[in-house]
Amino acid sequence: MKVTVCIGSSCHIKGSRQVVEQLQHLIATENLGDKVELGGTFCMGKCQQGVCVTVDDNFFSVTPDDVKDFFDKEIKAKV
Amino acid sequence: MRKFDTKVQYLKYKVLREVARQAWNDTLLQNVFEIPKMIVPGKTPTMRCCVYKERAILQERVKIAMGGNKENPNIIEVIDIACDECPAAGYEVTDSCRGCLAHRCEDVCKRGAISFDHNHEAHIDKSKCVECGQCAKVCPYTAIVNRKRPCQNACKIKAISINKNDNAAIIDNSKCIQCGACVYQCPFGAIMDKSYILNVIDILKAGEKGKNYKTYAIVAPSISSQFKYAKLGQVVTGLKELGFHTVVEAALGADMVAEKESRELAEKGFLTSSCCPAFVKYVKSTFPEMVEHVSHNLSPMTTLAKYIKDTTENAKVVFIGPCTAKKAEAQLETVKPYVDAVLTFEELQALFDSRDIEITELEEDVLDNASYFGRIFARSGGLADAVAEGLKEQNIDFDLKACVCDGIEECRTALLKKSKNVLDANFIEGMACIGGCIGGAGCLTHGEKNKAEVDKYGREAMEKSIASAVSILK
Repeated sequence: MKVTVCIGSSCHIKGSRQVVEQLQHLIATENLGDKVELGGTFCMGKCQQGVCVTVDDNFFSVTPDDVKDFFDKEIKAKV
Repeated sequence: MRKFDTKVQYLKYKVLREVARQAWNDTLLQNVFEIPKMIVPGKTPTMRCCVYKERAILQERVKIAMGGNKENPNIIEVIDIACDECPAAGYEVTDSCRGCLAHRCEDVCKRGAISFDHNHEAHIDKSKCVECGQCAKVCPYTAIVNRKRPCQNACKIKAISINKNDNAAIIDNSKCIQCGACVYQCPFGAIMDKSYILNVIDILKAGEKGKNYKTYAIVAPSISSQFKYAKLGQVVTGLKELGFHTVVEAALGADMVAEKESRELAEKGFLTSSCCPAFVKYVKSTFPEMVEHVSHNLSPMTTLAKYIKDTTENAKVVFIGPCTAKKAEAQLETVKPYVDAVLTFEELQALFDSRDIEITELEEDVLDNASYFGRIFARSGGLADAVAEGLKEQNIDFDLKACVCDGIEECRTALLKKSKNVLDANFIEGMACIGGCIGGAGCLTHGEKNKAEVDKYGREAMEKSIASAVSILK
């Protein structure tokens, strides 16, 4: 599974660093390191909906506050 | 008129803008010989002896705007016919000499090169003179001047000489470090940096606004002292209107470099920076025994470009900055795969105007990727500050003693001292331009306030530490 977080300026300002850090932490605590590939990209072109995240090719709008829910529903449950 | 320091820059800009405009319209090949006439119409000369010479020179400028002479590996080129063959005789007595009685010039000259005619006016015997300049210093009428060509004066590494055949300036490619000082200083605009503006237009056109591939603009932090007639956010929007997918700060690459460079320094005990391509080239050509001490890090531009290419399939990267030497860096085998083209701020202005993009009328976008420390790389002393911070943040116990070299002459002094083992420092910050990157030849304007602008921009960064700025990348 490939999870990509937008780290462009707009998403950065909306908290993509916190999203990346929490995802890293969650992936590590759930021991999903070998199943989930976490990466960054500069701008997905949907700056209004940031923080932009894709799981494989599906798009999600995530905030630093709802990372845990997002992780449980879209990553942990589907991996 | 756009804001430039000199009218030479304005002329260069007009040529670049016209070449770019024709390229966007696919009419460049058809109109390439018409461009000089578009810039100097009519029969009245505006700069030189006649319109024909003006247009002949403009044709040469058009060539350089289109990438220049492919046979010449140097990205800095002399336009022979534009060179005014300035006097270069060295110290000369002018007609301000009043034929005084004191003859201080004679007394101070250790070589006995000064003699007097029947009016007591001084003359310098060039076969004895060693150009020490003492006579000029003591003359109470400042009647003795040093006639030196501005290009030779600007070139502190002495890569420019005079061609015996036509008296025009000639560049020694084995010495030239592409800093662009001569380009900026020549009052006749006879030395220019080759432009890759056409490559950028081709990349943007073929990308079709992201349909075929994404083109990333990496902008140098010195942009904070440029385009001051508009907001930085408007420049970002302008770049996207040109067809760039997004804009990323080279300063984030600088944060990545600062983190690695501080570790490398602690490991090796002595290091010079590797960010400034002109400095690196200078070490290679003049102090080859020092090459082993140059940091192995890629420059911030290349470090970030590599990250983009490693994480994005089929991406194109264009670096936009104040630097002519970056154009040469982009041609190195180690850099070529990551950086597709380099533009200067001068060229970016021409590119905006070739599309009639008035950036002051655009909405403001955001640009915030790097920390304060990555951003201050743009000015002298910033890199050393960032390395100190990198050591502190990573709890590395190393007593940093930085030698901050502001301009290539200070670099030379530090390298000489180090080669003789008398340098009281363990880190050399080498910047070829005075003031650091904000003094680069590709800047639109150079001013006293530029350093303060960079520091202000640094303080506005959301991330306050190097570690937090780079943590996003892991």
